[in-house]
Amino acid sequence: MKAAPFAYHAPATKAEALDMLAGLDDARVLAGGQSLLPMMNLRLAGPTHLIDLNGVPELAGISRAGDALVIGTMTRQRAAERAALVHEACPLLAEAMEHVGFQQTRNRGTVGGSIAHMDPTAEIPVAASALDAMLTVESAAGARQFPIGELAEGYLMTQIAPDEMLTRVALRLWPKGHGHAFEEVTRRGESFCVVCVAALATLDASGAFSRLAIAIGGLAEAPVRLSGIEADLVGARADQDAFRAAGAAAGALAADEAPFAPPAYKRHLAGVLTERALARAAGRARRAAA
Amino acid sequence: MSERVRIALTVNGTPREGEVEPRAHLCDFLRHSLHLTGTHMGCEHGVCGACTVLLDGESVRSCLTLAVQARGRAVTTIEGVALPDGTLHPIQEALSAHHGLQCGYCTPGVVMTLIELQRDLDGGPADEASVRRALAGNLCRCTGYQGMVDAALSVLNAAPRAAAQ
Repeated sequence: MKAAPFAYHAPATKAEALDMLAGLDDARVLAGGQSLLPMMNLRLAGPTHLIDLNGVPELAGISRAGDALVIGTMTRQRAAERAALVHEACPLLAEAMEHVGFQQTRNRGTVGGSIAHMDPTAEIPVAASALDAMLTVESAAGARQFPIGELAEGYLMTQIAPDEMLTRVALRLWPKGHGHAFEEVTRRGESFCVVCVAALATLDASGAFSRLAIAIGGLAEAPVRLSGIEADLVGARADQDAFRAAGAAAGALAADEAPFAPPAYKRHLAGVLTERALARAAGRARRAAA
Repeated sequence: MSERVRIALTVNGTPREGEVEPRAHLCDFLRHSLHLTGTHMGCEHGVCGACTVLLDGESVRSCLTLAVQARGRAVTTIEGVALPDGTLHPIQEALSAHHGLQCGYCTPGVVMTLIELQRDLDGGPADEASVRRALAGNLCRCTGYQGMVDAALSVLNAAPRAAAQ
């Protein structure tokens, strides 16, 4: 199907884009377009005004600022996937990126677009959740920041107001020697996941967890952090019992109905993938220490 | 509200111009305005990969790229892949030799994806997993993928002289 007619705007600067957002009714910003344009072609979305951010170079880029990796909202997923800085400082994001869409959609799709769109099965928000992402949204009136856990307000709905847009994602970097893993199950090779899990871990000299983070996607409208078990396992030996305990905690989470995956199956996957991801992350941390 | 926009771009090395509604995607512009019907429209929502073209050398879904977004950029379609004298690109030749196509509907997209993969590998060796991973974004519903994989590996792992064109 074809998209409904809309007025097209191509700002050259962020300030210009924000002014347009402030002044135009029923406007959407267009990032990579790999989710919004399908929705428009299917007439699930039909904005009156489309503000194309692809000509605003200042919105893209990856840099390190202290213990944060700062990613401009328009950074292409393929650019993040290939960036040496991402591989070196934030290998979890690099591994998650391999599961995002297809080569042809990652060439256009953006890091910020995926987070702002907040598909419940998208991998980037899950990795960003494990990495305690701090989001910056801006309007013509100014900027504000909040953690990614506060973004979703429902399915594909976020607290980003109609006159605001996501401009920056800051991921909290983990110390050298940490372990990471990203696991997912899809219905067909590379495609939307049913459930995906991101895990990060550091171990102390005795082989016990000193810090860990686990985020799960696909169960609900937004990624879920396993905060309870993350806290419980600090100080515990990073062994099969600990991995199983994390898996059991994940398997006990609530899961919503999905067309192709009943809740019981998604809970089962959450348990299995969490156990697997944490074991792999701990293994990497152990090898890094050796 | 949806005024037509004049665009100028390069398609297969030739400067082209056109007038499009903003909502027109690149695939419709190529097929309907430029009559380059080698790029096929499948699902029109980014799943099938039949409409894959190269935009400044990168594979993209032409159904998920607006024609106005191609303003000032270089687009390569399947029509620009073979040499002007009709000599097929080695990837096209290999797909034919290895039975990598049957109905041919997905083939233009497959060729564009493999050309990008070839460029990304930059002469480095290709394994089956990386070829299958690249082709995951191109749905084939008749031949199956084994012929495509065999064709891709035969070109990507050929001696440099044989692969050069």
